[in-house]
Amino acid sequence: MTATNYDIARGTALVTMMERIRAFEQVAELAATRDQLVLGAIHLSIGQEACAAGVMHALRRDDLILSTHRGHGHTLAKGADPTAMMRELLGRKGGSCGGKGGSMHIADFGVGMLGANGVVSANITIGAGAAHGIKLLGDDRIVVDIFGDGAINRGPFLEGLNWAQVFDLPVLFVCEDNEWSATTRTSDMTGGAGAAARAQSMGLYTVEVDGNDAEAVADIAQDLVSRIRDTRTPAFLHARTYRQGGHTYFDPATYRPQGEAETRTASDDPIARQREALLAAGLGVADLDRIRDAARAEMDAALQTAADTPFPSDDTVFADVQDIGSPEEVAY
Amino acid sequence: MVQMSYAGAALAALKEAMQADPRVWCVGEDLGRGGVFGQYKGLREEFGPDRVSDAPISEASIMGAAFGAAMVGTRPVVEMRFADFALCATDELINQIAKARFMFGGQSRAPMVIRKPIGMWRSSAAQHSQSLENWYVHTPGLVVAVPATPQDNYAMMHAAIAADDPVVYMEHKNIWANEGEVDTDAPFDWGRAATRREGDDVTIVSWSDTANVATRAARTLAGEGIHAHVMDLRTLWPWDKDGVLASVRRSGRLIVAHESVAVGGFGAEVVASVVENTTLKAPPKRLGAPRALIPYAPNLEDQLRVTVDMIATAAREMCT
Repeated sequence: MTATNYDIARGTALVTMMERIRAFEQVAELAATRDQLVLGAIHLSIGQEACAAGVMHALRRDDLILSTHRGHGHTLAKGADPTAMMRELLGRKGGSCGGKGGSMHIADFGVGMLGANGVVSANITIGAGAAHGIKLLGDDRIVVDIFGDGAINRGPFLEGLNWAQVFDLPVLFVCEDNEWSATTRTSDMTGGAGAAARAQSMGLYTVEVDGNDAEAVADIAQDLVSRIRDTRTPAFLHARTYRQGGHTYFDPATYRPQGEAETRTASDDPIARQREALLAAGLGVADLDRIRDAARAEMDAALQTAADTPFPSDDTVFADVQDIGSPEEVAY
Repeated sequence: MVQMSYAGAALAALKEAMQADPRVWCVGEDLGRGGVFGQYKGLREEFGPDRVSDAPISEASIMGAAFGAAMVGTRPVVEMRFADFALCATDELINQIAKARFMFGGQSRAPMVIRKPIGMWRSSAAQHSQSLENWYVHTPGLVVAVPATPQDNYAMMHAAIAADDPVVYMEHKNIWANEGEVDTDAPFDWGRAATRREGDDVTIVSWSDTANVATRAARTLAGEGIHAHVMDLRTLWPWDKDGVLASVRRSGRLIVAHESVAVGGFGAEVVASVVENTTLKAPPKRLGAPRALIPYAPNLEDQLRVTVDMIATAAREMCT
């Protein structure tokens, strides 16, 4: 990229989204540790924001995404309301899922977010199926199906990629590779050359990208999304990033070599890199700090609103299980 | 009234549903050739390969992909070939399909019919013969259908396709060729048992092909002056608890008969529900398979079957 053709508007949009994702997760972590308001486990994507911001920037609002237990960033970047998400983390009324799902099951169908998933790899076949449904319905939407590096060792990775390939489905699989499968290094658990090689072996059009370079992710995602929308065939993006924190917010990640996370964070933080790019393009530090501070203020306000919201009414536990034989009529 | 086979009745209903609603499609292994039991015969020719879709041998993907397609507004009929093979797609059904609507706060539906043929037929041994219907009754979010007759396989297939819930639809492999009269206008109510034989001396609750066995037993018993009320539950969730209670309050005696393993089976649920709510003249009786594995040799296989004699003997002991 050169300064002359640099798209400052897009660059600013990317850093803004990354700051919002990071602020959301930092505030969510405080809500868990300082305020004891987050009830269950939350899995933070701090350090991985470029992948969410860059890929989602390439999508239309009516395109669909599916994500994982580490999905706050993807969901926000697809356009979900952070107040509804924060309410969901706190199990409150008006949460994205009415307080029934929590962090690992956030969905917002209104912005095309078909659900985070608590089971690693499970969203791969479901996302292929959403694309299958689009093909049957005959419209021009596409699906982005995001998962981590740990997911490539489960069966649905093979079955879902194969399915998309044999049925010519409009889906972009994104392996957001943060190097860690929960608390185990993925490379120790993975035979062969890994995600991209496996995707290529099934015939998928496959691209690798520096997943901490938001501009590069956005460029490649735009190309892949255009390709999928035109050809109605699947593609695979392997984005290499790094999980700066533990598996969950309460995991101190002591299994990592001393200093690894600190070194990687200092040298290769996606937000720091995007700020550098924008400084080089002429933005000032004050402009960038304003973006960061506004993101933090937005998420502090989201938490405050969520904390002031009541829990859902008790009887909602029986709603939306099923129509036929609903527990609203007969529990047993 | 139209004469149909058990398999043909479901095929007729599926074909009519696909003609009426372009969102209905089916997916599974070998469907293009008509399905492993011929349950899809002729559909590929009429509806084409997109709506009668051959799948790789990839059960997790068949189930998961059909679910994704259901969430965006199609209405898949999913063929698992054998209930045994559907276990390869257990996460997709139990953790994903059954839970999505609730977990996502009502934002999604999974209008799916998941066909899982069950039951012993001929020397198919431990991985092609199981009746696992009670597993799915235990999973909130699912509807469980176990039709026993051509009439029900026609009406229930229509009802299952029309439902917005995921319906686990378990046809019995031993009765595909059974013939019967089908009233294509007859309504079907979920959770309402069918009376296969009237009687006030003993209530026999059953489902799937064992309901046919129970009906034969009741015929034998009638010749001896014992009149059994044979109830075919037809759906296990929801199930006709009120109907069973009403019958048992008349007869005071209860036998539950099913092909699946008795231990932890749905028959235990029926018995427990009855004894919680009424008193009996005699201890209730559960008839099901021993907690043993389904073998290949026919004489060994027969050791596990619930027979006409077993049901009749239980009724005689209870009524005398």
